[in-house]
Amino acid sequence: MVSPAPWPSAEAVWAALEGIPDPEIPVVNVVEMGIVREVQVHEGRATITMTPTFSGCPALHTIRESLEHAVRKLGLEAEVRTVLSPPWSTDWISPEAKQRLERYGIAPPKPVGDLIQLEPSPTRCPRCGSLDTTLKNSFGSTLCKSIYVCNTCHEPFEGFKAV
Amino acid sequence: MSPKAQAALIAKLTALADDELILSHRDSEWTGHGPILEEDIALANIAQDELGHASTWLSLRQALDGTDPDRLAFFRDAEEFRCAQLLELPKGDWAFTMLRQYLFDRYELHWLSAATASTYPPVAEAAAKILREERFHLQHTQAWVERLGQGTEESNRRLQAALEGQWGYAQQLFVPLPGEEILVGEGIVPELRRLKEDWLENVTRHLQASGLKLPLPPGYQPHSREHHTEHLWSLLAEMQSVARWDAEARIW
Ligand SMILES: [Zn+2]
Repeated sequence: MVSPAPWPSAEAVWAALEGIPDPEIPVVNVVEMGIVREVQVHEGRATITMTPTFSGCPALHTIRESLEHAVRKLGLEAEVRTVLSPPWSTDWISPEAKQRLERYGIAPPKPVGDLIQLEPSPTRCPRCGSLDTTLKNSFGSTLCKSIYVCNTCHEPFEGFKAV
Repeated sequence: MSPKAQAALIAKLTALADDELILSHRDSEWTGHGPILEEDIALANIAQDELGHASTWLSLRQALDGTDPDRLAFFRDAEEFRCAQLLELPKGDWAFTMLRQYLFDRYELHWLSAATASTYPPVAEAAAKILREERFHLQHTQAWVERLGQGTEESNRRLQAALEGQWGYAQQLFVPLPGEEILVGEGIVPELRRLKEDWLENVTRHLQASGLKLPLPPGYQPHSREHHTEHLWSLLAEMQSVARWDAEARIW
């Protein structure tokens, strides 16, 4: 209580984790993706709680290792815990990250809303901004994306699944 | 949890994981061989999801008895697997693969929805997580069943043949494991008999609307998950070969 701890603060850990890009979509980082849920620092040891985006996401191992590495670089011991609840939602992706996804050419996820409704509102083409687009395939190049085609500029594009 | 319930839960988690793991492998056999590129990608995604789900169930088992998921996946022999026989059957043609995935997805959706109310929080949490991913599978395979059923005479014939071949096997998904009633009694897993009614009603409606002929005679219905088709042995020989050759996988 009296003297400040010699260890980096939780804020410093958060800041370091913000430097870790998502391995599959490097324009966004793992913090703004909502993958890192909690950071606790206690006597030289940081406990990070993360949650998987998709259960079968092959990037999970890489993300876990990157988290540990970033924490150790601050001179802290690292413990990374994985939780499944509450399940990760694309609603947790920050507004800035969604904008960056769109500029990168990936239509950002829409608000999840009612899970039963699979395509509640039209997806905007990240290339020309048209709302006249068609879902071609629920499955894309990675587990988190679907494939669309724009009926205005006729280009195919990827969109983030809303989960 | 009582030791009896714990043993039953370990067995159940293993069966859940084995269904996903074996189905995932069968789906992955289409990678590079799909009828069109987009479908190749879609099925590879589905296979990857199922593999993730197998890993989720095995990690729940690991929390109970400390077993390593990789050891269970790659170093058990066929007799030790607890998958349903439906999932072992060779991939067949596209209609066979799509129908199997559809019948399984529909069963899984009912099971997972009910399991979100499990009194054992790890099961409830895993079910909620997996459910979010599964609805994309069902959307996809349901559409394929309709497309093939109402497509050409040939696609309908192939789908009907697949249905007749799989119908009896699919019933095994609703056969409880020995001791499962303990888990049902404690609210840890849903009761399969109730889910079967919903499943039957749903798939019958969709299959008939897609132009398929039902009801069907029950056909061969496997009962015990301790028995397997001959196909499981060759599947495992391939699936486990790399891990058994070099478990550390230090050399690429
Ligand atoms: Zn466009």
